[in-house]
Parts: sequence; structure tokens; C-alpha cells
Amino acid sequence: MLKNRVLLLLVAVGLAAAAGLAFVTHAPNRLLSGQAVSWAIVLGAGRWMALLPALPLVVGPFLPQSRAVHLVLAVSAAALAASLLWLAGDVAIRLADTATPSARTSFGGAFWLIEAMAALAAADALQRGISNPAARITIGAVLILPILAVIGGGAIDQLSIMKEYANRRSVFATAVATHLAIVGATLLPTLGIGLPLGVLLDRRARLRRPVFAVLNIIQTIPSIALFGLLIAPLAGLVAFAPLLGRIGISGIGATPAIIALTLYSLLPIVRSTTAGLEQVPGSVVDAATGMGMTPAQIFRRVEVPLALPVVVAGLRVTVVQAVGLTAVAALIGAGGLGAIIFQGLNGSAIDLVLLGVVPLVAIAITADIALKLAVTMLKMRSG
Amino acid sequence: MRRWLRDPLIWTGIALVALVVFMPALKPVFALLFPDQDRPLFEQDSFINLTLSHIGLVAASSAISVLVGVSLALFVTRPSGREFRPLVETVVATGQTFPPVAVLAIAVPLIGFGAMPALIALALYGLLPVTEATVAAIEQVPAGAREAARGIGMTPAGRLRQIELPLAAPVILAGIRTSVIINIGTAAIASTVGAKTLGLPIIIGLSGFNTAYVVQGALVVGLLAVVTDLAFDRLGSMLDRWKRDDVVASA
Repeated sequence: MLKNRVLLLLVAVGLAAAAGLAFVTHAPNRLLSGQAVSWAIVLGAGRWMALLPALPLVVGPFLPQSRAVHLVLAVSAAALAASLLWLAGDVAIRLADTATPSARTSFGGAFWLIEAMAALAAADALQRGISNPAARITIGAVLILPILAVIGGGAIDQLSIMKEYANRRSVFATAVATHLAIVGATLLPTLGIGLPLGVLLDRRARLRRPVFAVLNIIQTIPSIALFGLLIAPLAGLVAFAPLLGRIGISGIGATPAIIALTLYSLLPIVRSTTAGLEQVPGSVVDAATGMGMTPAQIFRRVEVPLALPVVVAGLRVTVVQAVGLTAVAALIGAGGLGAIIFQGLNGSAIDLVLLGVVPLVAIAITADIALKLAVTMLKMRSG
Repeated sequence: MRRWLRDPLIWTGIALVALVVFMPALKPVFALLFPDQDRPLFEQDSFINLTLSHIGLVAASSAISVLVGVSLALFVTRPSGREFRPLVETVVATGQTFPPVAVLAIAVPLIGFGAMPALIALALYGLLPVTEATVAAIEQVPAGAREAARGIGMTPAGRLRQIELPLAAPVILAGIRTSVIINIGTAAIASTVGAKTLGLPIIIGLSGFNTAYVVQGALVVGLLAVVTDLAFDRLGSMLDRWKRDDVVASA
């Protein structure tokens, strides 16, 4: 009778959240915590029809486990996620008509939990229904489109998080651009130092222990401490050589951020480069030597292609880590999405915090998925 | 005697305790290093208090992480829980792409400011590496060892306690190490949401342009992380040695 206990658990958690927590909350202004808006108001006047995609999910645990069922469940979960977002935006529009302009409608705990359950249900259905990881990621990307359409179409513009966005449109754009620029600027020295160092450690096994010991200790130091420890020496350096200050180097801001992020990024890149080269079978190298290839040719045509999937897997760890650490770098004045988050935390403005957190998480997850896809494709190419 | 002197765990440990206890005595040194500061030493709270509170927060959250993380991993590696394994793996993999700052910041709107959201955020985030490592550790227990245990008539509970957990222990410990080290760093950032930790002098120093405060907080929390990492390293090699002796003894 019961065929899918995982989906049953997700549905149960979603229903419990819907019963026990607020879907959206409404407050007189952005700093007060809101009152829950009842489901009767949210779903009134025929809007309950927006919940129809939940129906297949509720009966899903008892359906036979076929590919078609899994696909239907994945699509339903994605549709439910989009329609819940639309419902929240819709109730915000209706409450905005009667209330004062400073009134705010925000997402409640039930919204976040049900959205999370829907995302997990979609992921689980895709995992059960589709075995090819590249196809799974592609379908997953398509399933996100309705959510983007709801946001892009202006349906949630009256929600508090979007009002925070409307008030800070240019600040937000600058923050995202700065964030990505810092991550990008970190990758240059990271790859420039990390890749050659990784190759060197593959060739000189004796150096591995001391180098990895140092990189490990750096990785251990809390980010906020490393950022802080770089301020004084850099400020001293600039005071000593004012020319450095004129080209934009200073104790606070992007310079210490990029230095610290590079130090953190070295470990995953160096480790994966060395590991990638190490796992190239000796017999393959021997065969290439036998064919008369020079060491440089072997490196370029044999070792690099075979090591690449492992190196890109290390790059994935590096990028995801750097995206997160850049948020902390806002504390030393580097800007980026962290600046919005900490501004919100300082002012107890929860929706401002979310305006920083949501894109931050979205960037991290996108980078993670894109680089995972790259690894999968590289592995398929090299067999 | 020589070996004792060369042990990095011992001298970094001594350096940490000395720095925390004798920080007030270093005031003239910081006054010399930062001549522009009127207040060269963070004195709003003692470093002993901040360190103990920091350790307390990390210990409490890590204890929850280990308890829940190991139980969860054991559940999904049993026949009855196997169906939930892909779900748990998805949550663990996706959860780890969430930046720790984001988890901390999300906890505030749900729970409020203070030590509680920090504790819950740290416990949740710390759960992920522990679960991941435990699943991997149980998975790599040789099938032969399991079969042999079944062959001599051990119950599933006995197999878990006497075969699987001891063989998996070093990898589980590595996961706990990752979790604790991440939590030490995240706990420092947690002072931005109102938890009393070693991040406090850093945050106050950064917002008040007092680099001396920043250096003091950063040195102590950096040393704390390094000492903890070295201690886990030691614990790991002790576990390895104990496991080897155990195997030799039973052979």
C-alpha cells in the first residue's frame, strides 16, 4: 500500500508546518514582528485552487513507483513551490490596499518549510525517476523557471523583501557585482599559485607534508580572525610605502578580503590538483612514453585531461567556500551581499537580512550545481 | 623531555591559556603597538569569560550535532532506513553549500537575537559534516567483517557496537573535527547576532576602528581553533593506535 515513505514524511512535515506556523505575517512597519495571516484569508475567493498541485504529492506515497509517476511528482512539487510564492505575493497585494504604506507582509515559517519540503520532494522524485545526472540537473533547472517567472512578473512586489529590494535597487546591484568581483578576483591568484603548487607536490612527494600542514593550519583559522589579523600589517605596509595606497591597497576593504580568501582557497585547489595527477595510472604514462611523447606532451595530452575532473571538483569546493566567506568579508568593509545582511542584523530588519541571504544562497547553490555538472561532463568525456 | 618540548599541541595550548589569562598584562605592549588608540585593550568583558562562553557554545552545539548526526547516519545505513538515504544525502550536500553566515542570519528571524539562534544554527550546520562522515564511515566497513560477525551469531545491535562503530570511528572522528572547527569560526561571527563569544572584540573593534581589539580577539580565537585541531589530530592517532592494538590482541 505505502510505496514511498520519503514523500510521506515530506508531506507530513509540510502539513504540520501549514497547521502550526504562519504562512505569511503582517506588521504595521518593518521593525515590528508581524501577526499571522490566516489560511482563510490567504486561500479565500477561489484561491485554494492554487493548491491543486499539492494533490498528486499527497496521494504520491501510495502510487506505484514508475518513471511517469516520479516525473509527475517532480513537476507537481515545482508547481506547488511557484504557486505558494504567488499566493504569498497575492495576499500581500490585497493587504496593501487597506493598510498604511509602511505596513509590511513577510513570509512566515510555514512558507519556508513547505517550500523546502517541495524542493526536497522534487529532488527526490528526480533522483528516483532519472538516472542520468546531466539530464536530472537540466530538468531541475527547467522546473525552477515558474518560480523565476512569478518573481520576475511582479507578483510578489508587495512582499516586504521585495520592498526592501525596491528601496535599494542600486545598492543591491552593486552588492551582487562586488560580491562576484571579489570571488572572481580570488580565483586568479588561487589558480595562479594553486595549480603550479599542486603539480610541484605531485612531482616532489617530500614537500607534501610540510605544505599541506601549513595550508591545513590556515584553513583552521576562523575567517573573521584571519580578516582581522591582516588589517594591521596591511595598514602598516601602506603607511610604510604610500604608493601602495595610491593603487588602492589598504588595511580594510577588498585587499585583505582577497588575500585571506586566496589563502583559504589554496588548500582545496592544491589538494585536488595533486590528487588528480596522482590518480593518473602509471601504465597510461608508460604507454605514452613508449609512443615517444616528451614529458611536456604527456603532461598536456595525458595527465591534464585525466586529472581535470578531480581539479574541477576541487574548484567547486573553492568557489562555494569563497562565496560564503566573501559575505564575512563585509565586516572588514569589502562590501558585497554580506554588507546587506549585517546592515539588516544591526537594524533588526529581518527582510533586509533575507534580501542578502537569499541571493547569497542562490549564488552558492548555482555555482555548486554548475561545477558539479562540469565534473560529470568531464568524467563522461574522459570515460 | 625533548619530545615533550617539540610537541606543538603542548606549546600552542600553553600559549592559548597564557594569552587568555595574562591578556590584561599585555596592555602596555598593545599601547606600544597601537599608539593612536586611547583604549589599547578590550576591557568590556574579560577574555577568560569570552573564551569560556565561546567554548561552551561550541561544545553544546557540537554535542547536539554529534548525537543527532551519528543517529541519523546510523538510521539511513540500516535496512529499515535505507530508503531515506538519498533524501538525507541531498539535504547534507545542499546544506553544506549554504554559507555558515547565511545559516546564522536565517536563524535570527526564526528564533530572535542572542545565544539561542547561534546554538541552533551551529548545531544544524555542524550536523552536516558529521552525518556525511558517519554514512561514509559505516559504508566502508568491509563486507567481510560484517559477514564474519553475522556468521558467529552476533545480533544486529552487537554487530553495530562491536564491529561497525569501532571500524568506522576514525572517519567519524574526522567528520566531528571538521564540524567543530567550522563551529569555532561560526561562533565568532555569532557575536553579530548577540551571542557572547570571542568574536565580540573583533566586531566591536571593526565597527569602532580599534585594530587593537580586532587583533586581540583574532589571536585568541585563531589559537583556540589551531589547538582544537591539533587535539583532534592527536585523538585520531590515539584511536588508530588503539584500533591496531585491538586488532593485534584479538588476532
